Amino acid sequence: MRVIADVTICQGHQLCQGEAPDIFGFDSDGDHVVILVDQPDESRRAGVATAVRYCPAFALSIEED
Amino acid sequence: MTLASDLLAQIPEASTALDDRGPDVPEIIRGTGHLPEMRVDPVALFTRVRRECGPVGRFRLADKDVVLVTGAEANEAFFRAPDEILDQAAAYPFMTPIFGPGLVFDASPERRQEMLRNQALRGDMMRGHAQTIEAEIHRMVAGWGDHGQIDLLDFFAELTIYTTSSCLIGKPFREELDSSFAQYYHELERGTDAIAYVDASADIDSFRRRDAARLKLVGLMEAIIGKRKARGKVPRDERDLLDVLISLKTQDGGNHFSADEITGIFISMMFAGHHTSSSTASWALIELLRHPDVLAGVVRELDDLYADGSEVSFQALRCIPVLESVLKETLRLHPPLVILMRLVREEFELAGRRIPAGAVVAASPWVSNRLGEDFPDPERFDPGRYIDPRQEDLQNRWTWIPFGAGRHRCVGNAFAMMQMKAIFSVILRDFEFEAEQPLDSYRDDYSKMVIQLQQPCRVKYQRRIRR
Repeated sequence: MRVIADVTICQGHQLCQGEAPDIFGFDSDGDHVVILVDQPDESRRAGVATAVRYCPAFALSIEED
Repeated sequence: MTLASDLLAQIPEASTALDDRGPDVPEIIRGTGHLPEMRVDPVALFTRVRRECGPVGRFRLADKDVVLVTGAEANEAFFRAPDEILDQAAAYPFMTPIFGPGLVFDASPERRQEMLRNQALRGDMMRGHAQTIEAEIHRMVAGWGDHGQIDLLDFFAELTIYTTSSCLIGKPFREELDSSFAQYYHELERGTDAIAYVDASADIDSFRRRDAARLKLVGLMEAIIGKRKARGKVPRDERDLLDVLISLKTQDGGNHFSADEITGIFISMMFAGHHTSSSTASWALIELLRHPDVLAGVVRELDDLYADGSEVSFQALRCIPVLESVLKETLRLHPPLVILMRLVREEFELAGRRIPAGAVVAASPWVSNRLGEDFPDPERFDPGRYIDPRQEDLQNRWTWIPFGAGRHRCVGNAFAMMQMKAIFSVILRDFEFEAEQPLDSYRDDYSKMVIQLQQPCRVKYQRRIRR
């Protein structure tokens, strides 16, 4: 899977970091999410999927390989 | 150079369903195109624009042409347009007398979102808010006894006054409020007649009541400020936003904000979270009563979740999948805002159409949320839409838009969902509900831009026998 962030609509809530801190970082100057690992291991799917589902800005998505 | 009127003429206009010079139309809005219909049945109007005109259609409110966009492509262009081009504040003339002159709209939407997020809507504040909300619900049901009945609008409108004031402004301020604040606030919300598109200070009953209610709220605020001043300074950790605003001084030592301005700030801070949450809680309960099998599933889920004695404020921040899917489906079918509008500042292109400066462009959550190509069998209440792998909210992020979309997507949506989960965790754990009137008689009153349940909207409750 590939994790995609649309930084033009991210609102900087940072909830994704709570779900998967190894996958999602934060650019505090730009006030938006940063993808740390864009093709995470399948074992991280649950955390990534929860981050995508609960993103308050709907700024995250998963693209399947 | 093409004239604005020529550009607009290239966009198809919806037919008229209601004679704008008919005898039932108030004189002040005779000849204003679709405005009289929008005051009576806005969702029928917006649905017809889509049906007759396709993804980009047009209707007329007095001297404003409104370009209504629907469908994923046009919605995405609408929600992605920069604020310099599409201006939110100027499109809602009915809000100006409620917030007060100038003050609030001086802040850009980004600035307001930033202020809100930094102060009260930050993720790490949510745990405290969840505890506050749980306590407020317990206070509201404390006097309920074993059985009785409530009016959904009165009950949830009062509850959400307490939760929004406590979470966004502070607990000390909330403790100054009683049901009279909720009643005045309700009069403000009822003062959003679309007649404001012609004259926001027209001499009509709902506007007179709006202005009288706002004066009453300023009076309440003056009394609270007086008590704060008499009390003197308190330690930093006991201060709320009101203390902060009172303490701000101008260069010559005067008060930075008057009671009137503080009232306006608080009204605007609470506005987005109040009628919206109140409406969603009411409709979720109505939909559960209409679908007893779904209700049974939610009650089972909550009973299992809380069987270990865990706290509502803990669980409301976590996944409650069945309840969440019910809330999402409620929001899809009953979006609290049926239309989102922006004033066009500079000509721009949307879905192949040039839209001139001065027009209003709008998206309709009500229409988009019911598009058959994105939501199969769209009229059906089906919480299963949100379960893997369907995920019809994430799959349709530009048309599943009860919270709007893009950068302007409701900044309070995580707070709102948490609040709903806390409310239903408490009331469904302790009470059973039953309709007090025919299930199809619960409906919205569309006569104002702030849509509210039509009264009566009563339900009966009975305390559950705990096993």
